[in-house]
Amino acid sequence: MIEAIFSYEFLQNAFAAGLIIGVIAPLLGVFIVVRRLSLIADALSHVTLAGIAGSLYLSQSVASLALLNPLFLGIAASVGGSMLIERLRSLYKHYQELAIPIILSAGIGFGAIFISLAEGFSSDLFGYLFGSVSAVSREDLFIVMGVAIVVLVFVFIFFKELFVLSFDDEYARASGLPAKWIHFMFMIVTALVIAGSMRIVGILLVSSLMTIPVATAMRVTKSFKQTIFLSIAFGEISVITGLVSAFYLDLAPGGTIVVTSIFLLLLVLAYKKIMVSRKKGAIA
Amino acid sequence: MVAPLIDIQDISFEYEETKALDHISMKVEEGDFLAILGPNGSGKSTLLKIMLGLIKPSKGKIELFGVDSKSFKNREWIGYVSQKSNSFNSGFPATVKEVVAGGLVKKTGLFHRMPKKTYEQVVEALEAVSMEAFIDRSISELSGGQQQRIFIARALIAKPKVLILDEPTVGIDHENVQAFYDMLARLNQDKNITMVLVTHDVDTVTDRITHVACLNQTIHFHGYKEQLHTMSDEKREAWYGHSVRKIHHIGGSHT
Repeated sequence: MIEAIFSYEFLQNAFAAGLIIGVIAPLLGVFIVVRRLSLIADALSHVTLAGIAGSLYLSQSVASLALLNPLFLGIAASVGGSMLIERLRSLYKHYQELAIPIILSAGIGFGAIFISLAEGFSSDLFGYLFGSVSAVSREDLFIVMGVAIVVLVFVFIFFKELFVLSFDDEYARASGLPAKWIHFMFMIVTALVIAGSMRIVGILLVSSLMTIPVATAMRVTKSFKQTIFLSIAFGEISVITGLVSAFYLDLAPGGTIVVTSIFLLLLVLAYKKIMVSRKKGAIA
Repeated sequence: MVAPLIDIQDISFEYEETKALDHISMKVEEGDFLAILGPNGSGKSTLLKIMLGLIKPSKGKIELFGVDSKSFKNREWIGYVSQKSNSFNSGFPATVKEVVAGGLVKKTGLFHRMPKKTYEQVVEALEAVSMEAFIDRSISELSGGQQQRIFIARALIAKPKVLILDEPTVGIDHENVQAFYDMLARLNQDKNITMVLVTHDVDTVTDRITHVACLNQTIHFHGYKEQLHTMSDEKREAWYGHSVRKIHHIGGSHT
């Protein structure tokens, strides 16, 4: 495997991009989970599908756009979707969750129209839906690197504000934090991560890499920082195991990555159950 | 002359069509321990939220430390403890240390890292609420009363001059409510922190407070608690309805 990575550029791209996503998706995922926004990640990934499908259709029908990387329109759709979600959440103050099915179905609706308009990109589309080891280009890798820099700088600069906002939104606003702006930037950065992760994990599974490693870590950690580090560790184990098995078994990496992360979650749940029953036994 | 810490000037507020506050004027001076009392839906929490800048009044203005609240910058001078049940996510993966350090966020400012002496400041704030032994515990493992003490420590770490508390004893066991108010009285007297709180625990809180404000959309009484008995029966009924009764108490009366 190591030899193959040195020999094939596509494998280098996939592994480098995978390792980066293994850090940024769970890192942002911790904030998404504790703020109970997990379903927003799903809505945004479906909007990204509309952007990708639209781009693939345009590249078929407009000659000058033939070489356009679909990731760019995917990112634009995802960022646009995040802004629309915020707008809808403020319009329906008492039914904020309504924004999710509206944006999610809009994403699938536009995606379905573009897919039916353009016939013949089913293999490309399969890669976008479930991820692909072979389809990650050098340009895709550079885009993922750019997204990672934005995410890391954002989290580094606003870490304490994001923590306070996630823990207690009302307290954060009473303290005079610019909560609205920080949340708005957070949504844009989330949209970027979803669009960036999609090449490896696939549109339909991208939100799982943001949530399952976090759900796993939360079962065994006490502090917020521990949760972040352990979520990243579980994310990396899932990505590496998933990519290696996808390469050898010729499977979609999105599937193998998510199944590995579910397996880790089950392992941790079983470990926790054993520890609790041992503790109870010791007390009795 | 020293400006009042909080100066509410002719404030009104409506929720859509419903009037919540009607021409409220009130001053909170340094060292006061003020309890805002009133029936459910009387606008108590709304008034606190306006003081904190969480909602804007439709009429009137507020001055904080002599400065118009719109241009007031030193938000760290005002500590806030909300109703536990309304506020934080109880399964949140954070230690007591992380939660209390969060109180420094405004003081530290945007684009700045937490100060080097954060740990010492966290310990000091926890000592003030007798919770230093819990510093490394997870916040979700603690009881309601312990969590509320942690939230007071989070407010104290920024060295506030005023502490605003919205029904702080909701979710606390009855036997721990007394101890909780004793702690607030100590902070008021020893650290000279001005206290403003909304509560239903009239019997428990009366011994500790210095001032009372009786609110039901409008202010029916505001002054020293000892003067509360001077409130006429008509005013009392207008404030709390027919069910109100006068109980004689040390230094005056309460309802």
